[in-house]
Amino acid sequence: MILSLSKDEMEIVREQDVVPFRNRVREAAVRIKMGLVNQTKLITAASELARNMLNYAKGGRVRIEVVSRGRDNGIRLTFADKGPGIVNIELAMKDGYTTGKSLGLGLPGAKRLVNEFNIQSEAGKGTTVTIIKWSNG
Amino acid sequence: MGPFLLVTIQVDLYDRLALNLESDLIQMVNKVESKGVLIDISAVNIVDSFMGRILGNIASMSRILDANTVVVGMQPAVAITLVELGLPLRGVRTALNVEKGMELLRSMISPEEAGAGENIQDDTVIV
Repeated sequence: MILSLSKDEMEIVREQDVVPFRNRVREAAVRIKMGLVNQTKLITAASELARNMLNYAKGGRVRIEVVSRGRDNGIRLTFADKGPGIVNIELAMKDGYTTGKSLGLGLPGAKRLVNEFNIQSEAGKGTTVTIIKWSNG
Repeated sequence: MGPFLLVTIQVDLYDRLALNLESDLIQMVNKVESKGVLIDISAVNIVDSFMGRILGNIASMSRILDANTVVVGMQPAVAITLVELGLPLRGVRTALNVEKGMELLRSMISPEEAGAGENIQDDTVIV
């Protein structure tokens, strides 16, 4: 069972919000003594997902949580937007696939960088992506 | 003719800022007829796919303008993350630090141009 120990929320509606958001994620990761490599992976994944929200859904909300499962501590990030949704998630998770002008690495790359990755999307309603990086994962 | 441009990125760049860096730098390469661009990212904690793409763009654009690009000082955690992300920065030359990067740039240009390459222009980005 995963317990949520602390919770912080912020809106990401402009590009400039991404840097303070990354800093907040870093603060949370440092608080649970996550190693530098895992911190970097988590923040990079967070940056990709925040950019996706901005580019495809004109922004959204992110929840930053410190979570624990038994002896493991981790950071859970939940990105929720009310954008157009992703019609074909399987396709969106493929390396190199993009509907924009990016490299198409955002979603599959973010998934590789974290321990748990969950995406739910409904066309016309929005997309919610949840990731967890365990401190020693 | 042929000075090197040295760019030190000292803040985490958001996307607009990174795009500005790209266009400013390429225009500067053209303006000063630079033979090489050295980008020091030792203070950068995060290189995501966007920033990685910008670094790749700078390298290919300056290549077309007859200048070489060397990225120096990448933190090990950033290198690990980039490869796992799926962005191994192919086509971007790298060196461990500024000194080694300068050596690499000098070795890439012909000897007569190297003599003119002493005039180093430092365009540190502070935002």
